[in-house]
Amino acid sequence: MWAWIHRFGSPRYFYAFAGKLLPWLAVPCIILFAVGLYLGLVVAPGDYEQGESYRIIYVHVPSAWMSMFVYVLMAVFATIGLIWRVKLAEVMATASAPIGASFTFLALVTGSIWGKPMWGTWWVWDARLTSELILLFLYFGFMALQSAIGDRQTAWRAASILLLVGVVNIPIIHYSVEWWYTLHQPATIAKFGKPSIHVSMLIPLLVMAVAFKLFYFTVLMSRVRAEILQRERRTNWVRELVSGGEL
Amino acid sequence: MRNVPSDSGKAGVRMDSIYLPLVRRDLTLATRTPSQWINPLLFFLIAVSLFPLGVGPDPNRLSEIAAGVIWVAALLATMLSQDSLFRTDFEDGCLEQMLTSPHPVILIVAAKVSAHWLLTGLPLILLSPLLAVLMGLSFEGWRALFFTLTLGTPILSLLGALGAALVVSVKRGGVLLSLLVLPLCIPVLIFSTTAVQTASVGLPIEGHLSLLGALLALSVTLAPVAIAGALSVTGGGN
Repeated sequence: MWAWIHRFGSPRYFYAFAGKLLPWLAVPCIILFAVGLYLGLVVAPGDYEQGESYRIIYVHVPSAWMSMFVYVLMAVFATIGLIWRVKLAEVMATASAPIGASFTFLALVTGSIWGKPMWGTWWVWDARLTSELILLFLYFGFMALQSAIGDRQTAWRAASILLLVGVVNIPIIHYSVEWWYTLHQPATIAKFGKPSIHVSMLIPLLVMAVAFKLFYFTVLMSRVRAEILQRERRTNWVRELVSGGEL
Repeated sequence: MRNVPSDSGKAGVRMDSIYLPLVRRDLTLATRTPSQWINPLLFFLIAVSLFPLGVGPDPNRLSEIAAGVIWVAALLATMLSQDSLFRTDFEDGCLEQMLTSPHPVILIVAAKVSAHWLLTGLPLILLSPLLAVLMGLSFEGWRALFFTLTLGTPILSLLGALGAALVVSVKRGGVLLSLLVLPLCIPVLIFSTTAVQTASVGLPIEGHLSLLGALLALSVTLAPVAIAGALSVTGGGN
């Protein structure tokens, strides 16, 4: 068991493994995106109150889910990296950060595009939007810290501590913002309160959620492969790979 | 580490073995370079007094935004002073000596943070009546400001120390420090400012203060562990 984990965690083995895994992630991802978008944009009925513009939900909600999922996953990688000193965990978290930040940014942008017709303004200090904005700052902090410290080992371990502190803080931030919001702005956007969603809208949403997750892992695997190659560029196996013309 | 007797670690974990001497040392150092802790306070005063000039002298409007202005200025002033918390010790090698000494790192961290709070948090609290007058806060508003500053500034010191520990080896890490720590301070800001606003309209604020107290308890217990972990990663050697 341990031998297997060690072999799995070695960059060389994982490079090959990720390469084999890539098509199995990418192809279902594309299929699910096609199905989900077709169901969501064509098949699903228009919303009673919001008309057609609610359809941005099929991008907005999955990216908001992913933004939180990726951060928590990065914290898991940070824990693994800090406790067992697995090199691969560092590569995974480092490669995840820009993807997670992009999901967060996408959620903010789509939220504000959605907000324009619904609330009549691009930005509302809504509790969820605000927490999402803070999450984006946390991603930026992680990336900034990691790029600021020269020594890579130190940078990674400092950034992992920041990730863990962030994960402890996220629920606190979320609830404080939610509470602040209810105190400051009573029910200006009550119609955003989620009605129980109809099945014909729920299914495309779930399909899109799975597609987003597969998309994340597809991008993650290719980024991890690139990162491994860059980090291991002085090792023999990478040189053989390059001179053998496999790249 | 001049003030710490070299054999004190053998006696085991005793508060007075490292905690009090280190606090005393940091305070002594601060009295010799007063600008280090006075400048953030001046920044705080100036930043707050810019707001009446910016938004107009109407007392009603000022008392409405007073809590937010004072607290944001307090946050920024704390961040400004945090950068040097571990930096000078790191640069002259004291920090490495402290980390390799037999004393528990958590106690060292606690001493550094306490000294920092005595030099930045406490003066802010003492200045709060002046600010309340400047910003047209009522007596109830000032009392709430006093309580929230008392409970909140130690949290800011702890969170800022975490940031300072993470960026200690980064040249000119001050901006980075703010980038890392300010998002984490948002709950403190929210609970404190709503408490002051609630008090200004005459409603009870015990709930807000309890939440702030809970945050303080949480950060006092957890943050030193994280700071010690961060220091052992970043603080060892140049």
